[in-house]
Amino acid sequence: MDNLLVIIADGVLFASWLFLVAVGLTLIYGVMRILNIAHGSLYAIGAYTGAVFVITYCQKSDWLPGSYLVLLGAAISAGLVLGTLMERGVLRWFYGKEVVLQLLSTYAIFLILEDVLKLVFGVKPYYAYKPLLGAGNFIIGGVNYPRYYLILFFMAVLAGILLWLFMNKTRFGKLVLAVIHDPEISLAMGIKIDRIYIVAFSLGAILAALGGAFTAPMTVVVPGLAVEVIVISFAVVIIGGLGSFVGAGLGALIVGLVRSLAVHYVPELELFTIYFVMAAVLLFRPQGLFPTKEVRKI
Amino acid sequence: MNRPSYLNSSVVLLALMIIPGFILPDWMRYVFTVALCKAFVVLGVVILLRAGLVSFGHALFFAAAAYSVAFSANLWGIREALVLIILGVLASLALAAIIGLLVARYREIFFAMITLAFSMAFFGMLVKAYRFTGGTDGLRIPTPAVLGFHLLPQTSSIAIYFLVLFCLVIVVYLINRFMNSPYGYILRAIKENEIRVSYMGGSVPKAVYLTFLLSGGLAGLGGSLITFNVGHIDPYLSYWTTSGEFVFVALLSGTGNVFACIGGSIFIEFIKTYAFKYTPYTWQMMLGGIMLVVILFSPGGLWALYENLVQRTKMGGKKYDATT
Amino acid sequence: MTLLLEVEDLTIHFDMIAAADNLNVAINTGEVVGIIGPNGAGKTTFLNLVTGYLKPQKGRIMLMGKDIVGLRPHEITAMGVARSFQMPQLFLELTVLENILVALATGTGCSLHFWRPLKNKKRINEAHEILDRLGIDEMHDRLAGEISEGDRKLLDVAMAFALKPKLLFMDEPTSGVSTEDKFQVMDTLMNVLNQSEVTTVFIEHDMSVVQRYAKRVLVLSEGKVVADGHPEAILKKETQSVQGVEIKCSK
Repeated sequence: MDNLLVIIADGVLFASWLFLVAVGLTLIYGVMRILNIAHGSLYAIGAYTGAVFVITYCQKSDWLPGSYLVLLGAAISAGLVLGTLMERGVLRWFYGKEVVLQLLSTYAIFLILEDVLKLVFGVKPYYAYKPLLGAGNFIIGGVNYPRYYLILFFMAVLAGILLWLFMNKTRFGKLVLAVIHDPEISLAMGIKIDRIYIVAFSLGAILAALGGAFTAPMTVVVPGLAVEVIVISFAVVIIGGLGSFVGAGLGALIVGLVRSLAVHYVPELELFTIYFVMAAVLLFRPQGLFPTKEVRKI
Repeated sequence: MNRPSYLNSSVVLLALMIIPGFILPDWMRYVFTVALCKAFVVLGVVILLRAGLVSFGHALFFAAAAYSVAFSANLWGIREALVLIILGVLASLALAAIIGLLVARYREIFFAMITLAFSMAFFGMLVKAYRFTGGTDGLRIPTPAVLGFHLLPQTSSIAIYFLVLFCLVIVVYLINRFMNSPYGYILRAIKENEIRVSYMGGSVPKAVYLTFLLSGGLAGLGGSLITFNVGHIDPYLSYWTTSGEFVFVALLSGTGNVFACIGGSIFIEFIKTYAFKYTPYTWQMMLGGIMLVVILFSPGGLWALYENLVQRTKMGGKKYDATT
Repeated sequence: MTLLLEVEDLTIHFDMIAAADNLNVAINTGEVVGIIGPNGAGKTTFLNLVTGYLKPQKGRIMLMGKDIVGLRPHEITAMGVARSFQMPQLFLELTVLENILVALATGTGCSLHFWRPLKNKKRINEAHEILDRLGIDEMHDRLAGEISEGDRKLLDVAMAFALKPKLLFMDEPTSGVSTEDKFQVMDTLMNVLNQSEVTTVFIEHDMSVVQRYAKRVLVLSEGKVVADGHPEAILKKETQSVQGVEIKCSK
């Protein structure tokens, strides 16, 4: 029983991290039909910014909750600035071009940002563990878990709820949904697609940065974060269905639980369970759990 | 028609490339050889790109062939380069045959994602099965023998260069014929309008599947050859960023011409080597910047840029004949 | 007269609408049939069904005695059926000539040939001939995406024609063609088709075209055949009510 509890806890906690990291990607895809390879870079920027802010903050103050606010602030500012820069500065020149070219443009941005990060933050590792260690542990099924994971969990749930509220209960959110559903008709009905794109992209960027910022205390922030995160984000989003938030949540849950099971029972498989699940989904139900887009299949 | 033209291209290539083989300093020849090996994979990506499909997982075939060569050389003691190459290509073909069945009906993002998924799954396997694959440490490949001749350390790099060049010349000739054949045009037609192709009696899934096979085999050839040159392989051969690099070069070269792929591959490999040496934190930025510029201003790659220039300089008189 | 195409109880629904409702049609070799009917009557759907693009929910389609339900378009095309489209389906980035060359090669089963070039003398000559017949040979060098709407239509038909089919479906062949040219184009087309003894079925909205070229007229409405006979009999008056369906005839 204990074992099962641990497996589920592991899975759910990992899933909450996955969700936070991947939900921005699915949002951007849903609205703009662009699979943003640079999503990982935004995540990394959030991680670096968060780490730097937290390190600076912790030198000045001991108030723990403050460090979380600082992380939040870092994510929002990094995501907002970079998101807007990316969208207005680069992506908007590629609207309307072939899907392949748009995809490759995000890949180019990823390449550029990889170096930008190295130039701005250097290659040394950043340790920003205070927010994690400062919160202490709790026990599930006989295993110690950092309370920080709970914070992550709540952040993911909160993000999900806020997103849902925003999309379904605010006027702007409904416009976004309209664009997700049918960009052409939305345009024909006078919805200013450009503005929606900017907001959606910035929001997606902030979410990515949020994922990164809150991951910073859990790990060492080094170059290469972006590269790993991209594929895992793709996997979650594909499994859940491109463009669906509920799908992202469920996809995250599935991947999290599958990985947790693998880690506990067949540790050798851990790394590529996620890719197998992704491949399996693409083979048997390519539109994902909650399809918003028709799969281009012949 | 144009038979001399294919031979001409190959002869030109041969001539152009023989001299560097002898006179270049070792390190430069090394970079050249690596670039040429990768050019095979780029060709594979380009062929699929012609049909409108972006493979973000071609590193899979590249790595599969490389590891097959490594296993054959280390486990079974095979040293003959030609045998190793055949084994490597067979491995990648086998993979392509299976995966192609699953993948040939997908398009756009989904095609890219599923190829990505498979290549990353393979990466994971290579890392985890460290008892066979050495994990992230990778595997060494002993210097091969070519046609029975064991290579001396002083001349091995030259010999390998010419081995690669030999394969390249043959492939260039074959692919050139392919691009100008009905099949080559059907690929372009599929990119433009699959339905019409179907309504002309052409089976699109079959065409795509066979192309995927060819593409995988080409990548496998590159993967086999590169093992001799670098002597050591690791799982990152199958990583998505490796695939990304191939796609990058494919885009840069454009889908119109085989030489453009070779040129593009050499160009990028040298930039990488130089840039990495002198400005290790900006070479990716440069590549990214180049890519953005190419996409914006010449999405057909640098080759399309060249073709446009050629077309514009031929004023009046004979129009640009797309048959040459 | 041998039966070439026979359709029995063909049915397909899109949501609640029956685009084909127990459709029964029989077409004999050598016929020239015009299909008319109001928008949404199911004309293009009929074409899509008999060429394998759509699969019927019910019914049989017999082509030369063989049941072709479930076959894909490329298989049906290989049996000798060709089709032109309402919206021209072309290879926009290829030249006009290349479009026809690809059609010729594919039509002769060479689509997967990878050794000999697409552009050989024989094929090129044949392509020029076809283009010339339809009056679009002078733009053979231009990209298909760059020629005018009307010429694109002609190219679309030319590509179907290049397949040397036994049965040719044309979906509004003269829409987009200027009025002066309509008859000229149709004259040429029909001449050629007659000479090659191609069974022709075309959808048209222009009644003058139907009247002049069709030997038989099928009137479709709401997925059913509501009239079937000689053009004069069907198109007698200015406006006509045939089993409750209004047809406006333009002169």
